[in-house]
Amino acid sequence: MKKFSIKTIVAIGIGAALFFVLGRFVAIPSPVPNTNISIQYGVLAFVSAVYGPIAGMLVGLIGHTLIDFSYGWGVWWSWVIASGVFGLIMGLGTHAWKLEEGELGRKGLIKFNVVQVLGHIVCWGLVAPVLDILIYKEPIEKLFAQGLLSSVANAVTTAIVGSLLCVAYAATKPKTGSLDKE
Amino acid sequence: MDKDIVISFENFGFQYKAQAKPTLYDINLQIRKGEKVLIAGPSGCGKSTLAHCINGLIPASYPGTVTGKLTIGGKNALELGLFGLSQLVGTVLQDSDGQFIGLTVAEDIAFALENDCVPTAQMRRRVEEVAKLVDVERVLQHAPHEISGGQKQRVSLAGVMVNQVDVLLFDEPLANLDPATGKQAITLIDEIQKQTGCAVVIIEHRLEDVLYRRIDRTVVMGEGRILYDGDPDTLLCGGLLQESGIREPLYVTALKYAGVALTPDMHPAFLPELWLSPDQKRQVADWFAAQPAPQAAEEAPILLRAENIDFTYAAGHHALKGVTANIRRGEMVSIVGTNGAGKSTFSKVVCGFETGQAGVLELNGVDLNTYSIKERADHIGYVMQNPNQMISKVQIFDEVALGLRNRGVPEQEIRERVEETLKICGLYPFRNWPVSALSYGQKKRVTIAAILVLRPEIILLDEPTAGQDFKHYTEIMDFLASLNRQGVTVVLITHDMHLMLEYTPRAVVFHDGRVIADKSAAQVLNDPETVAAAHLKETSLYHLSQLCGIEEPEEFTRRFIARDREVRS
Amino acid sequence: MINLFNYIERKSPIHRLTGASKLLCLVLWSLAAMTSFYTPLLAVLTVGAVLLFRLSRIRIKDISFMLGATMVFMVLNNVLIFLFSPQHGVSIYGTRTVLFTIAGPYVVTAEQLFYHLNVILKYLCTIPIVLLFVSTTNPSEFAASLNRIGISYRISYAVALALRYIPDIQREYHDISLAQQARGMEMSKKASLIRRLKSVSGILIPLVLSSMERIDTISNAMELRGFGKGRKRTWYQGRKFSKGDILAIAVCVALMAVSLGLTIWNGNRFYNPFIA
Repeated sequence: MKKFSIKTIVAIGIGAALFFVLGRFVAIPSPVPNTNISIQYGVLAFVSAVYGPIAGMLVGLIGHTLIDFSYGWGVWWSWVIASGVFGLIMGLGTHAWKLEEGELGRKGLIKFNVVQVLGHIVCWGLVAPVLDILIYKEPIEKLFAQGLLSSVANAVTTAIVGSLLCVAYAATKPKTGSLDKE
Repeated sequence: MDKDIVISFENFGFQYKAQAKPTLYDINLQIRKGEKVLIAGPSGCGKSTLAHCINGLIPASYPGTVTGKLTIGGKNALELGLFGLSQLVGTVLQDSDGQFIGLTVAEDIAFALENDCVPTAQMRRRVEEVAKLVDVERVLQHAPHEISGGQKQRVSLAGVMVNQVDVLLFDEPLANLDPATGKQAITLIDEIQKQTGCAVVIIEHRLEDVLYRRIDRTVVMGEGRILYDGDPDTLLCGGLLQESGIREPLYVTALKYAGVALTPDMHPAFLPELWLSPDQKRQVADWFAAQPAPQAAEEAPILLRAENIDFTYAAGHHALKGVTANIRRGEMVSIVGTNGAGKSTFSKVVCGFETGQAGVLELNGVDLNTYSIKERADHIGYVMQNPNQMISKVQIFDEVALGLRNRGVPEQEIRERVEETLKICGLYPFRNWPVSALSYGQKKRVTIAAILVLRPEIILLDEPTAGQDFKHYTEIMDFLASLNRQGVTVVLITHDMHLMLEYTPRAVVFHDGRVIADKSAAQVLNDPETVAAAHLKETSLYHLSQLCGIEEPEEFTRRFIARDREVRS
Repeated sequence: MINLFNYIERKSPIHRLTGASKLLCLVLWSLAAMTSFYTPLLAVLTVGAVLLFRLSRIRIKDISFMLGATMVFMVLNNVLIFLFSPQHGVSIYGTRTVLFTIAGPYVVTAEQLFYHLNVILKYLCTIPIVLLFVSTTNPSEFAASLNRIGISYRISYAVALALRYIPDIQREYHDISLAQQARGMEMSKKASLIRRLKSVSGILIPLVLSSMERIDTISNAMELRGFGKGRKRTWYQGRKFSKGDILAIAVCVALMAVSLGLTIWNGNRFYNPFIA
């Protein structure tokens, strides 16, 4: 395995801490009663997009496991793994949007959103339900209904929160071209 | 070569990869074992770059081109590399929260030993030893947020001392400490240096505070070059500090205003040993008598009335115990005190961030409890310490417009008000820039503009100048003073003694949830009891006036400040 | 420290075990429970979990909040399963023993109830173990434990860093949120969902970007103290395995083996009482 840079290690730790805090303590009521929007996936998409697939995967795995630990409801491995896979998928696209170079642009943003929507569908519509079937033999209908709902909710969240983060981050990167006072 | 030399720069230069010009030129500097050296200079002079070269972050983390030679402990620094250097040089960073990596004090001190694969039992013994040396052995099991800023810095120091290094490097050790803790830090550094005999390098622009203990040598840097390398006494006699934007100790400036000709044999760099002839003392006293007494401002009507405010956090901490403090219209006031004294809680209660307090809290006679957070913000604006924690928009215009847009103000009016505010704040030429293209000080202005645009009657700023050098400090504070002259009431929460003396006629001193003094800043800083209780530091002008037999130290301070303001503007 | 994971310091045989062996046991136990649907085994695991819990001297009231959340979750999940697939048990066990009919397709069968029993047992036999791990393991030991069971120390340290910075980030979130609320940010139900998400981005952008800046400081601080120079590192919180640790691991390995063995011997994962 390739050795991570220390910066990547720190990014994983900080990313997981952000994922945890947002997932555990920040409740944004959703239109469905008694459920909250998981804004942590917007941040996970962003962190993975910057630091790459392995970092993204670990942020998802560590962050989600810690959330499950702190609730004490057992570790829901199928969903933990799905979070990790989402980070992995978003990280694979790191080269498609040049966030580090500050050249995101409209094209990069579209690519980012296409990948994130596909990522959510794969994770919540495929990975999580399949694992739930393997582990709990739960009925397919229930799992896919849940998966569909989560995919849509998380994709909407990521589209807004993740995109805004990417735009703001790209703007902090120095760009060529001069700025004139008016 | 001299064996005692631990750090040696020879014709050294460095250029960052991303930059067009070198940051360091022709550096020639030798530091010996057991020496205590202060490196001073304004922001951007290259002093941090120099420090990064000594500890190896350059070129390991910041790539670039090195010219010339740097030897540390007799070996080529480039060959030693970051990890080799970490055995020789211990670095205490400015940000002690960032440096605190472990979950508890003990784990953090052990960090370097863990990386060296020291066996656990031996590691525990060593941690205990070093913790005793810096006096943190009683908090070994505490988490970082359970200890004070001063303790955190001691932990950082312990964390690098476990390696038995030859050089201790301090990067702006005073930036985040209250004045009394800063004094303790300087004392501790001095004691550790004497005990271990290692070389100490302190990078700091707050000269006066470092000179609280004796320094062997001072190096002044400017624009990537060494401008001065010699004893601090000689340095203080000349005009180099002022030219290079470093603040002289106040008593030195006062002596210069009084026309006293300073010479190195008077020991101006160490106040307890400062020697003045009777003639020179008289010179100071005469100067004092000749200065016009500054006029006290008229009392304006009370804008914010806080009487007997009592507040307890949900977790049980009794943070405010009957606080009474009134703010008058058009005032510029500082709120001072240690961390945990209640000053932040007080400002949170005033802004409505914390609610459920007992007592009277009124603005213009209207009970503030009837307002929501958002409504209160129309009257009282709050500016956080770090501008990066407030800025959420890419464009400056949008950032300033945010509060108005949230309030549903028509776009036409928004444009007018934002442009007007940007003009007041000197940001109008940049209105279409992204925020990220601005300097720290300009970002600070953007956050202030974003609050001012709501037209509050009071703005409350948390540590507006933390971590800034003299030039940027002056820039930010002069801007706030100009706002104040335009009628905005300004309340500042601060640790900075110079700030309160120079810019705020009145200071409210918090201690242990109570207000222990509410009087002029000059009075506060000349009152040893208040100074001790609130962890402040007496101004050196107090000692100077005593030395010269002037019986009104407060008035001396006041006249000095008035004179200094004239000279500087 | 802010007790995120509800660590409760007491003296008990469970507390004395090292974090590493407890972590390993947690993984093995969960795997045993996840792979099997063999009801008697699940029942044994559940009884075992409850007994271990007693042994740890953690009282129910110490963890009542966590337990409450878990129960709600469990009930909800069972209701959902029934609503979506009332005949799921029939398709698994291959017989249909109708007990009574609620309405339309909602016919209650013994097979369905038995399936629900299995699902509930699966929860019950792992939840106490997770709670046990969390409330008897000092978070300071997490990272050392991960490293001990074979995960690279770099990744283990990322976990330690997450635990270190969670309280800081939580506080920062709170502060930024208040300042943004003062500027008029609306997060309550009064605003539309899209608007709420945009508002929360007003907190997230400064929070995330300032956290990213912090990454540089922290990684510098770590490198300056030699992190990453060796292939291995030791841990201040590291402990040696005792007899108890070996025993605990042996028991859990045995359980895992039994679970696998039963599946192989039985030919599938299910214990089927309906086919005699």
